[in-house]
Order: sequence, then C-alpha cells, then structure tokens
Amino acid sequence: MSDITTIEKEALASVEAAADLAALEQVRVAELGKKGRVSGLMSSLGKMSPEERKENGPKLNALKTRVDAAIRARKETLEAAALEAQLASETVDLSLPPKAGPVAGALHPVMQVFEEIAAVFGDMGFTVAEGPDIEDDWHNFTALNFPEGHPARETHDTFFMHALEGDEAKVLRTHTSPVQIRTMMSQKPPIRILVPGRVYRNDWDATHTPMFHQVEGLVIEKNIHMGHLKGCLIDFVKAFFEVDNVEARFRPHFFPFTEPSAEMDVKYTRKGETIEIGAGDSWMEILGSGMVHPNVLRNCGIDPNEYQGFAFGMGVDRLAMLKYGMPDLRPYFEADPQWTRHYGFAPWSTPSVSGGLS
Amino acid sequence: MKFTLSWLNDHLATKATLDDILGLMLKAGLEVEEVEDPREKLAAFTVCKVKAAEPHPDADKLRVCTVDTVDGEKQIVCGAPNARAGMTAIYAPLGTFIPGLDFALDKKPRKIRGIESYGMMCSTKELEAGEDHDGIADLDESIALGTPAADALGLNDPVIDFEVTPNRPDWLGVQGIARDLAAAGAGRFLRTELKKVVGTKPCPVEIQLDAPEACPVFAGAVIVGVKNGPSPDWMQQRLKAVGIQPKSLLVDVTNYISLDRARPLHAYDAAKLSGPVVARLGRKGEKLAALDGKTYDISEEMCVIADDSGAIGLGGVMGGESTAVSDETVDVFIESAWFDPLRTARTGRATGIHSDARYRFERGVDPHSCMDGLNLAIALIVEYGGGVVSKPNLAGEAPVNTKKVTFYPADVERLTGLSVKPADMRRMLKDLEFGIEDAGDAWYLTPPTFRFDMEQSADIVEEVARLVGFDQLPTTSLPAPEGGVKAITTPMQARVRAARRVMASRGFLEAVSWSFMAKDDAALFGKTSDALVVANPVASDLDYMRPSVLGNLAKAAQRAANHGERGVRLFEAGPIYLGDGPKDQRTVVAALVRPFNERHWQGTPAAYDSYAAKADLFAVLDALGQPGDRFQVAAPAQPHWHPGQAASLKLGPKVTVAHFGQLHPGVLKALDVDGPVYGFELNLNALPQMKAKNTKTKPVFERAELTPIRRDLAFVVDRAVPASDLVRHAQGADKKLITRVDVFDVYEGTGVPEGQKSVAFEMTLQPQEKLKDEDIQALMDKVVASVAKGTGGVLRG
Repeated sequence: MSDITTIEKEALASVEAAADLAALEQVRVAELGKKGRVSGLMSSLGKMSPEERKENGPKLNALKTRVDAAIRARKETLEAAALEAQLASETVDLSLPPKAGPVAGALHPVMQVFEEIAAVFGDMGFTVAEGPDIEDDWHNFTALNFPEGHPARETHDTFFMHALEGDEAKVLRTHTSPVQIRTMMSQKPPIRILVPGRVYRNDWDATHTPMFHQVEGLVIEKNIHMGHLKGCLIDFVKAFFEVDNVEARFRPHFFPFTEPSAEMDVKYTRKGETIEIGAGDSWMEILGSGMVHPNVLRNCGIDPNEYQGFAFGMGVDRLAMLKYGMPDLRPYFEADPQWTRHYGFAPWSTPSVSGGLS
Repeated sequence: MKFTLSWLNDHLATKATLDDILGLMLKAGLEVEEVEDPREKLAAFTVCKVKAAEPHPDADKLRVCTVDTVDGEKQIVCGAPNARAGMTAIYAPLGTFIPGLDFALDKKPRKIRGIESYGMMCSTKELEAGEDHDGIADLDESIALGTPAADALGLNDPVIDFEVTPNRPDWLGVQGIARDLAAAGAGRFLRTELKKVVGTKPCPVEIQLDAPEACPVFAGAVIVGVKNGPSPDWMQQRLKAVGIQPKSLLVDVTNYISLDRARPLHAYDAAKLSGPVVARLGRKGEKLAALDGKTYDISEEMCVIADDSGAIGLGGVMGGESTAVSDETVDVFIESAWFDPLRTARTGRATGIHSDARYRFERGVDPHSCMDGLNLAIALIVEYGGGVVSKPNLAGEAPVNTKKVTFYPADVERLTGLSVKPADMRRMLKDLEFGIEDAGDAWYLTPPTFRFDMEQSADIVEEVARLVGFDQLPTTSLPAPEGGVKAITTPMQARVRAARRVMASRGFLEAVSWSFMAKDDAALFGKTSDALVVANPVASDLDYMRPSVLGNLAKAAQRAANHGERGVRLFEAGPIYLGDGPKDQRTVVAALVRPFNERHWQGTPAAYDSYAAKADLFAVLDALGQPGDRFQVAAPAQPHWHPGQAASLKLGPKVTVAHFGQLHPGVLKALDVDGPVYGFELNLNALPQMKAKNTKTKPVFERAELTPIRRDLAFVVDRAVPASDLVRHAQGADKKLITRVDVFDVYEGTGVPEGQKSVAFEMTLQPQEKLKDEDIQALMDKVVASVAKGTGGVLRG
C-alpha cells in the first residue's frame, strides 16, 4: 500500500488549497465521504487477509485521523476568517456622538462651600443647626445684647416685615446669630454648632447684595477660652484654603454679643487674577468672632460663671470668592447658566476632610 | 473718623512713626480704613529754581526754561503764563506720575515744538494740593532748592481714617484716640491745661431745663463784641484735612471742639434770641426750620431748644435757621449741653437728620465735659475773634453713674488664656482712667465718665486683652468633643445634599435666587399675606417673601433664553415662606425646564414634558429613600400649574409633598416668560421622617429560587380613569405574588369605544413555590375581577 503516503499528501494538499468552507466541504466529501477516497481504502480492509489487515489497518486509521484533523483545523481557520470578513463589513463610525441624555449639570459654588466649611468643622465635632429667616426682634437683636435703640442696630441695615396690627414688626435675620439663641435655649451645654444660612441686609452695590450667606459657629463648654477660638479658626482657615500654613492676626473689634470681640485677618497675595491665601503682603478680613457675652448666656438661661465659649460668623459668599477666584458677588444670585457652568461643581463632588475638600 | 498725625500729637507725646501709630491703632481696636500721606504721594516732587525763561521760537505761549533742580540744570519747556526767571517752583523729573493729571511723564525727554523738555514744573492743582489757575506753583523764594514739595506746600501731615465702633464714642475726639494709644504704649497722654478766660458779668441769657430726662445739664455763656471772621489758618488746615469746609470762626470752633474732644457745641446769634433759652420736649404742631434749609415737624418725643419765639433747635441733633450765627454776628451764645442718647437717636431717625452732633450724642458724650467744652470754645473765640465773655451759666447737673464694675482679675486668664500680672493690669486701667479699688480677687472699678460700655468683668477683660495684644493670645486647637465626633448634618440637610446631587447629575444647573420676589408675581402662586410683605424692600420688585421658587427660576430661565441659551434646566434647594412664624418656612427642591430638543443623528429624542418632570421628581424621591410609588397622584392644588397637565403628589388625603408638570401658560404670560415650561416643587418638610434604627444591619438575604413568571394583560376602561388605579387594583389581587405591574401601552382609537382607552401592562409574579397553569389562570381571573371592581375596566379580548 505504497499509495497511502501519496494519498495523504494529496488529501492534505487539497485541504490546504480549499479557499472557502464550500470548497473544504467538497474536499471532505471527496476524501472522507461515504464514497470518498480514504473511505474507499478503509472499506477495502474487509477484503484483505488477516496478515494484510494487521499491517494496513493501523496505517489506514492513522491516515483517516490525520485528514480529518486537517479538515477541522482548516475549517476553524476559514470560519474565523469568514467572521472577521463579516464583522469588517459591519463597521460603524464610533466617532459619532452617542445619545447620552443631558450633559451633567453643576452645583452652585456657595452651596458647595457651605459643605466644605461643614466638613472642616464637622471634623472638630460641630453639628449643624438651623433657624428661620424671618425672625423676631428679640432673637435677632435683644437677646444678642443689642440694647433697644442702640446705634449698633443701625449698622445692620435691617429689613423689616410689614407689621400686623398690634404686633412688633418682624425682621429678616441680619445674621445667623439668632440660631445661637435658639440653640442655647433648647439645648444644654456642651454645645458645638455650626449654622449655615441665608441672611439679609438692605444694601445693594458692587460688594453687597440684599441677601447673602453666613456660617455661624458656637462653642459653649466649661473651659473654652479665647486661645481656643484662635486655634480653632486658624485650623479652619488652613483646612478650608487647603494650605499648610496661614499667617493670621486677630484684632479687637466690637460686636454686642461677644466680649472680648475680634476680627480675623489673613495674609494674602494677589498674582494677576488669582489670590493666594496664607502668606503675602496684604491682610484681608475674613470673619468676626469673640467670647460669648455673659449677657447673651444669661439671656439663654446659661450661667456665665459655669459655662463660657466663643462664637464666630463668616460670609460664605466672600470665602467662596476668595477660594475660587470669582471676582464679582452679583452673579451669585442671577441663576445664569453660563456662570454656573463655569464656576459650578460636578454633581459627584462631595467635600470631606479625609477625601479632600475640593 | 479722620484725624491728622500732627493733631494727634497735640494730645500725645510720642516718638512713634506713622507706621508705629497705625500698628498700635490696630492693636487697640481702632480699625484703620485709609491713610493718606501727602509726603508719599508727592515724594518725587521737589523745589526748583528757574534761572531763565526764554520765549519758544516756534510757539507764542511756550517758554523754554533753564531750571536748577535736584538733578542738576534742566531744560524744561513750560506753557504756564507765570513762568519767569528767578521763580521758585516745583519740579517733576521725567517718568513721574502726576496725580492731578492721572498720567505719568515719559521716561525719555519729549520734543515740544522741536525743543526737548527734561521734566515738568507743576501747578498745585496738578499735585492735588490746591486749586490755582494762574499757572505753576509760585513759591516763596526763601525755600531752598531740593526741598520736598510736601514740606514746601505745608502738606506734610498724614490723614488717618478709621472705623469708630458704636461702643467707643470717645474715639470721636482726637483726645480720646490719644488716650487709648498712650495706654497701648504709643507714648504719654498730654492733659492740655485749658487757658481759661473768666468773665465777670453774669450771663445775660437765662437757661431753663424743663425736661431733665432729655437734657439734664446745660452750660452756656455769651461773648459780646466778637468779630466772626475766618478762623486761624491752623484750624482751617486741620478741618480741611479731615474733610470739613471752614466757614467762620464761630462755626469752625464748634466743629473743631467736636472733633478734638468729642464734645458737640452750638453757637447762637445772641441778638436773635428772645427770652430765656429752654430745653424742653416738643409740642404738637411745632416746626423747626433747621440749619440744613429743611423744615421738620416736631413731635412730643423730641427734645427741643426753644426761646420765646418757639423752637430754635432740636437738642443734640441740629440748630435752627432763625438764631444761626452769620458773618454779621457780634454777640454769640454758646451752648454746651448733654442730651439723652436714646431720645437723640429716636429724633434722628424720625427726622432723618444725620449730623455730627446726633452721631455723638446718640452714642454717648461725656456728660462731665459741658464746662470744659464751653471754656475751650470761649478761649478760642476770644483769642481769635476778640470780645468780652460773660460768666458761664450752668443749669442742672450732669448725670452721675455711681455703679462700680466688679472685675475679677482671674477672669482674664479664664476667658482669654492670657496670663497678665496684676501690676500690668493696674497700669493699663489707670491709663484708661479707671478708678481702681483693689480688693485682691475682686477689684471695684469706677469707669471714666466718657465710657458707656463698662458693666461687668468681661468688659474689663477685653480692655486688658486688647492692650496686651491679641497677638499674645495662645493658639490652642479645640479639644476633641466629649463623646467623639458625630455625623454633622441634620436629616433635612442630608435630604438637601442628596437631592442636589441627583438634580445636578440629571443635567440641572443649581441656582441660588433671592428669597424675595415681587408681591404681584407672588399672587400668581397663591393668596398673598401682608405678613410676608417686606416693609422696606431694597427694590420694588423684591418686596415679598417667596411662596414658591418657581417664579424666580422661570424668570431666570427667560433671561438665559434671551441670552441665547437653547433649553434651560435649573433647580434650587432653598426656602419658601408660608407665613412669618418660625415654623412657617419650608425647604423645597424646585426644578424648572424650558425644553429644547437637541437634534440627533439617530433621531431627535422625545421632548421634555410633564412625564419627564415626574421622572426627575421621582429620581429625587428615590434618592431620599421615598420611592414615588408610595405616593398618590392627584389634581394640582396650586394655581400656577396647568390644570390638565400637572399634578400633585400626595401621601394620604391631607399631605401634599410635591407638585409637578407643566406650568400654567397664563401665569407664565403674567411673568413675561415664554412657555411651555415644566418643573416640580418638592416640599422636603412634608416627606415622612425615616425611622432611626438602632442597627445598621440589613435583613437577611433570601434568593428567589424560582424564576419569575410574566403575563401581559390589557383592559378597556373609561378614559378618565387614571392608569395608576388599574395598576393598583391589579396588584391588589395578590400583593405578595405580584411584584411588579408595568404599563407598556395606552391606546385610544379604532377598536376601542369612544370615550374609552385601552391600557396594557406586564405583570411580574414571583412564586415562592412551583405554580401550575391552573394556579396562574386562577390568579389572572382574580386580577380581572379586581380591576373590574375597582375601575370598571374590562379585559380586552
């Protein structure tokens, strides 16, 4: 059976030559089909003597196995090529814009800065408290040690509500400090609260808006002194502006509801359009603060000989301007989409001290 | 309050420089607002000598001058008509900034009509140092070459402007500033001895106090034969430096003493007075023609100075026209009185008069300064205007505050963390003129009569701390709170934070709009209430506290559209006001959309509509752990919604948590906003509080072992029946087994009777044990029966 070698050679050659699946099928039928050449040889085994069969049987079986394997391998190759060819014909232009729904919106910088401030003070053990925008005179002034008729009240440019018959006119709170009163009257020390909110003053020019935002802080405990006020606020400024060092100074000032009272300035440099906080050649006032006035504690039923502490208040809009370089306060309240897209924050940005404020 | 450095030096012996003084002011609590140092502004300008001034060959009006300057001999082309040889003038070198012209000279010599000019000679106007019109400054020839211009022009006195806090009216006088600066370590406070001019004749003007509660003390004197000319140069210069226009000796002296001693005075023309001068309360119907040219109605609350002719002044606020001094005044009556601060403030507010006298009296004037102020005025008037003075007439008595302040020196360290030696405290308080009775742990202090803010120990602590300096305070980080750090936000704030992020991620821009709106606009959003009207609005269209955020957002969206924004999505998380009580404020999340369909190559998506607004609202509710399907959709209950394409979202019959859908086109028209506009307003306060659990552990996970079964059903039902009713009744057939009912088709038209609609939905069943076909069929029959009973719907064949 010298032709086994020849047949195998020929068969493998025609498998290799099959250009597509149809041609390969023809080869398979011609070799391994019922009437195929290899099949024919296999059936010839039956007519052989046992000796011949013993000799040729394994050879023929090996031939069949090898041809079959070659056809399968060829088939896989041809199928893969056919798939590739088909896929290539299905090419789409993925440079086209997808249907993605609306582009993401943006968060207002003031609201974001509220959260940044809350994150820093939250880390120092403050919790948030809130109160109403429309206040009575007692909470906004009298309880905070603004004597009735005192000129200090006039510095606030207060908005008054229409007074109903026989009632004292309510006011729009001129600061977030009335929430100090509401908290101290409803809660026992130790107290560490942070009060974010809208406040109102009747003043409108390049640097004032009739509504703006404040954050108030209040700490009432047994041993809190003015050094804690200083340390706490310096710690805050460092964390808020995300700088390692801040040169700060405290100046005596007057607020009716604190004694002693201080304003805090920080050093800054202006480089072209940008402001760098922490060091430099100029001072900028950023907040008012002081030790809570004993009269205020008494007004809230707290014994100033037992408890003491500090309070501070800062303008959030201005802090946002300083940190993020917004040059003008007025667009804050105009709901201008262009401005909001430019200065706004991504929906997923969530300030935290551990994860970074901004 | 403005003052000059040389003026301060009248009351303060010091070697401190201007910078030292500014530093000490800051330390003591005098917040400097501005310092104008003419020496700095004029540093580049010096005195020069003109050697020759020849006519310019090519220009009639120009002269070519040869000038000796600090920089040597210079050729300067000058257009001033008064330029002449031998003149002493002021020279500006090349490159100098000329303040009065607001430009800088070129750094290189400039050719003027062909001749080079190496600098400039200036007028006082160009130096902002005067108003001369005749040409360049023509100085006294004795002034040496190279003298700084500021010295040559007598402009070497820096002017300091600072903020006087309401608690320190004593800083409204230069003397008071000096006292504090001395205490802060600037030098020695000078107690100027008054040169007393003592009259011999009794005062011809009688003083009567009829309202001691308003004016308890009043000193006065008459000077006869005064020449009321201009005040002396030094006084005029000081007044001008602090921004007060000199008028005449009598007026200037009263202004000067007000600034120097925080002691307001008033000068009357004695010839125009009739009868005694009375300090009394106003009478109904009285009027005063005041010095400012206006006439004021007087009330019975006001303190009035009157004579036989009626009111001639509002005590402590402003004098009257009829008895005012003039250039012709020869005999003058000087008033030095004390007026009650609260009453003065009320009179000031009622009349709207802002005068230096009111400013001082309402903050508090030293009641014991009446005689000193009067004597100082007399001395100055007699020195510069001559005349003969009467004996002073003193009516009443200055109120005396006998209350002592108990100061516990230990409070200094307790409240500030500063450790200060008692001896140092004593010195500081003495410098501030406190009377001190030392009793060891407690000191009994008598505050000086010009201080009105000293009541208790903490007030004294502030005095000590500021004089030590706040820079000496320890810097101590806050200790960790008792019980550790807790979650910071209130449940409401947590809701606001989540809602804001959902809205921003769905393409909305966050707005922060006014809490105000126009009352007329607010009326479109519901019945308005007088309680929410702002009595003194900043603008007429911001006179009402908003009952809804949507009006402001709609207007903002229109503004954006006018700027070419195609489609606007805005939201705001903020307050609305239902009344003026502390519990009448609500926190809402409001969203507003002006739809715009971005064209897309795969086909333009469906327009934003009321359903899209519902989807956005439900996304927020989902994020707040309040899935929308727990609420009921009902007709809108607010007037600003489209009656057929908007709805309210309710929790039971009483609680409305939100409205959503299309805004009422009529309301938009009234707001001048183009429609259609869609949105929602969600009242976060109306959402039920989630119950706080003791554990964060979640319930045990149980996998559904059997695959869910899905069946489609369609019902024909009356058109008016809400689809949600069908869904509710379908699910009601077996709430446990039927886990979802999803409407996938709503159809009206051929095949469905007029006035009816077909609603098709897919039901998802989650069996707990194997269901047979007949079990499922039984359930379907139950669904059909439940829907038929609840809605009248019939299974569509």
